[in-house]
Parts: sequence; structure tokens; C-alpha cells
Amino acid sequence: MPREQFQRGLRDVEDGVLEMGSMVDRQLDRAMQALIDRDLPLADAVIRDDGEVNRTRFHLDNMCVSLLAQQAPMASDLRLIVAVLAMVSDLERMGDHAEGIAQIVLLTRDEPLVKPLVDLPEMAIQARQMLRDALDAFVDRDVESAYLVGRADDSVDALYERVYRDLIAIMTTDGATIEPCTHLLWIAHNLERIADRATNIAERVVFTVTGMLPEMDVSRY
Amino acid sequence: MSDRVPTMQPHGEGLDLRPRTNGGDARSVTDKRLALRVDHISAWYGKKHAVGDVSLDIEANSVTALIGPSGCGKSTLIRTFNRMHEVATGARAEGHVYLEGEDIYAPGADPTLVRQRIGMVFQKPNPFPTMSIAENVAAGLRFMGIRSRSEIDGRVEHALKAAALWDEVKDDLKKPGMALSGGQQQRLCIARTIAVEPEVVLMDEPCSALDPVATLKVEDLMRTLAKDFTLVIVTHNMQQAARVSDHTAFMLAGDDGVGRLVEYAPTEEIFTNPKDERTEAYITGRFG
Repeated sequence: MPREQFQRGLRDVEDGVLEMGSMVDRQLDRAMQALIDRDLPLADAVIRDDGEVNRTRFHLDNMCVSLLAQQAPMASDLRLIVAVLAMVSDLERMGDHAEGIAQIVLLTRDEPLVKPLVDLPEMAIQARQMLRDALDAFVDRDVESAYLVGRADDSVDALYERVYRDLIAIMTTDGATIEPCTHLLWIAHNLERIADRATNIAERVVFTVTGMLPEMDVSRY
Repeated sequence: MSDRVPTMQPHGEGLDLRPRTNGGDARSVTDKRLALRVDHISAWYGKKHAVGDVSLDIEANSVTALIGPSGCGKSTLIRTFNRMHEVATGARAEGHVYLEGEDIYAPGADPTLVRQRIGMVFQKPNPFPTMSIAENVAAGLRFMGIRSRSEIDGRVEHALKAAALWDEVKDDLKKPGMALSGGQQQRLCIARTIAVEPEVVLMDEPCSALDPVATLKVEDLMRTLAKDFTLVIVTHNMQQAARVSDHTAFMLAGDDGVGRLVEYAPTEEIFTNPKDERTEAYITGRFG
């Protein structure tokens, strides 16, 4: 196979995306654990480690730019690199959302819970599954699986709607709950955005394989 | 048009110059006006079958690139577009090439007039060695029978300007063409070709003997020239095809050694999302 160095570069970039995906998944897992356990040192660790996620993103950006500049990639190689540039941006933002959840954990400290944590952990489970499925679809170059990720976003959106309505109802009945309810709303919003970013990654998988850029709009399904 | 070239036979009544859809005889990539329709062209050198049954439509005022590995028949093919191929000993072509609807292979079509309307620039700059810069550009005009000094001077200046060479040579028009740098010589040859105002300019690897700076100058020139002419280029340099062309045709020789058209599409599509896996393999460098 000719262009071995280039092929190795492409493999390294792809491996880098998967590693970064695992980092973000772990950040999200720990942020939710910190929320559930009121574990402030863990929340601190999540905030600290976000820097590592950011550094990984810039490292992958640089690898892509080098390949573009030095190897003049074409066709599927070009699509892969362009897709990765977008994916690592989404992954970095997902990491920021995980950090955002950890920040809220620090902010709320021992604030009493206004409702049991049921829907938020469920949103996190589904969003993390979407991320993993999007990355699996990337590895397998599987367009159908990528589209399923877009469809899964509907379920996270529905959970977000429910959390939103519940919290608004609580706030309107008891003014003292407005602040803790707002904190939970922020967390729900972060989780909803994480799922959206996973959908973006799935869109880039479709682009990598087909060259088409579909918008996996909720209204499609 | 037929006034200018009376010896060329117009193709039958009502030739449809609108592009045909894929699956038709010609492979088409445009709904704009066509300059050339290449219709089932095959070419041989003696018994060696070099190009097999290529059909494609070439849009007017655009740049079309022919790419493919060595031996794929792209240089042979481009030489059939102005009947240069048959100049080689034992070489022959079959099929038709329509220039603005007229078959350049029609019986009675005059190859010299064809080559006036479809000019060619070669890989190695080839100014006429004994002639000055101005005489090089004027050579084709004199051949056409233009005698007026002032008309020749005006057209020489116009051609040198169009070839982006005027500013560099306007004070040295009497110096030998061979005294110029390689890149300037190639632009001089382009000026010589366009001085006779052809409709189509064929370029066979026009930059492969030039350094990178001269190459980029010629590439810029191609884009400018496409406003007034139709350009077809053969290039080994895929980046060049990507930079300068509007449409790209990828050719490949089969196991039988015959070069055929594999894929023909807008350049952006060929280089971002080719449809044929052989095109993909070639442009990503995964060949062989």
C-alpha cells in the first residue's frame, strides 16, 4: 500500500478521536456521579481534567492541519479529516458541558434536592449511549447506525421537556425553590446539549462515508 | 461559423448540442453551452490500441482537466481533439469530435483549419528558435495570411497581454524568444496559440517543465483565459487539476492496455466524493 506514512497519520487521527471520546464519556460519568453523591472533590477533578480534554482537541486539530498541509488529502481521506475537525470541536464542547455540570455541583453544595434525581441520570445515560454509538458508527463507517443516533436524540429531548415542565411547576408553587430548580435546569440543559453534540458527530459520520451533510433534525422522525 | 471553415462538414440536421444525460452516448457534466462534443473516439498507434471509445462533452469557456496514470491515453486523447494524433506515423483515430456542431473528422475537413480553431500548447515550451518574441507571436497570424503591419502589431500586443507576458517583454520584443525563462517561454507559446483566436486551447502537461512559481502563473493565466477560450488540459499533477479546472475526466488503461474514460464530473465532486472506486484509489494515492 503506497503512502504508508499518510495512512498511519490518518489512523492516528482516528484513534485520537476515539481516545478523546472516551475521555469525554468519562468526564460526563464522573460529573453525574459527583452530582448524585454530592462529591465535591470529584467535581473539582472533573473541572481540572477539562483542560486535558481541551489539549487533546488542539493536538488533534494540529494533526489534521499537518495532514492537510503536507499530504494534500483527497476524496474519502479529505472527508475524514474535515469530519474529524468538526468532531473534535463537538467533543470539546461536550467536555465543557460535563465541566459545567461539575461547576453546578460545586455551586449547589449541600442545597436540598427539590426532586429526586431520576430523569437527569437517565438523560445522562442516554446521552452517553448516543456518544458511544456515534463513535462506533464512525469506526464501522456505518451510516444506518449514525442515523439511529439522530433518532435517539428525540428521547433525550422528551426527557428534557419533562424535567423542564416539572421544575417550572415546582417553582411556581414554591418561590423558595427557584434557585435550586434553576440549578437543576442548567444541568438538564447541559445534558440536552451533549446529546445534540453527539448527533452532530453522527452527522459527520454520514459525511465521512457519503460526502453528504444531512441535518438530523428532530422533526425528521 | 461555417463561413470561417467552409471545408468542415456540419453534422446532420439539427445536432443537439445540449448535453446528454449519463447513460447516453456522451458523458456530460454540464447544462451550459458546449465547445466540443467527443463522440466515441478511439485511437491507435499502429496495432496498439491506445484509447477506447471515449465520449464526453466539453463546456465552452471552462477548463476541463484530463487526469490519469501514465499510459492511460490522456495525451493521445487530447491529440485527437485537434487531429494532432494522426500526425504521428501509423497513428489513426476513429469516431467524431464536434466543434460547435461541426465534425472535425468529417470527410473533407481540413486539419490545418481545425488546428487553427483548436490550438495546442505542449509540455516543453517550444518557441521558434530563430524568431524574436514578437515574430513568434506573429507567426500564426502571418500563416493565416494577415499582412497588415499594424494589425499584426496590435494582435501581438493583445495576445502577449492576454498571456500575462506583455509587461515583462514589451521593451524586448525584438529579442529572441529562446532568451526568455522557461515560464516566460511557455507563456509566449500560449500567446502564439491564442493570437490566431482559436475557440479551444488544448494544453498537454503545460507546466511539467516549469518551476513552482512559473507553474502558478500559468495556472492563474488558465483561469483568466477561460473567460475567452475553452481550455482542455492534460496534467499529471492532481493538485493542478483541482486548482484550475471546472470539470475533470479520469482515464485509466484496462488490463488490455486500452485507455478508457472512468469518470467525468465537476472537479469539486471528483476530488471530494468520486463515484468510481478506481477514481478514489487513484486520487487518494492508493493505486497499486
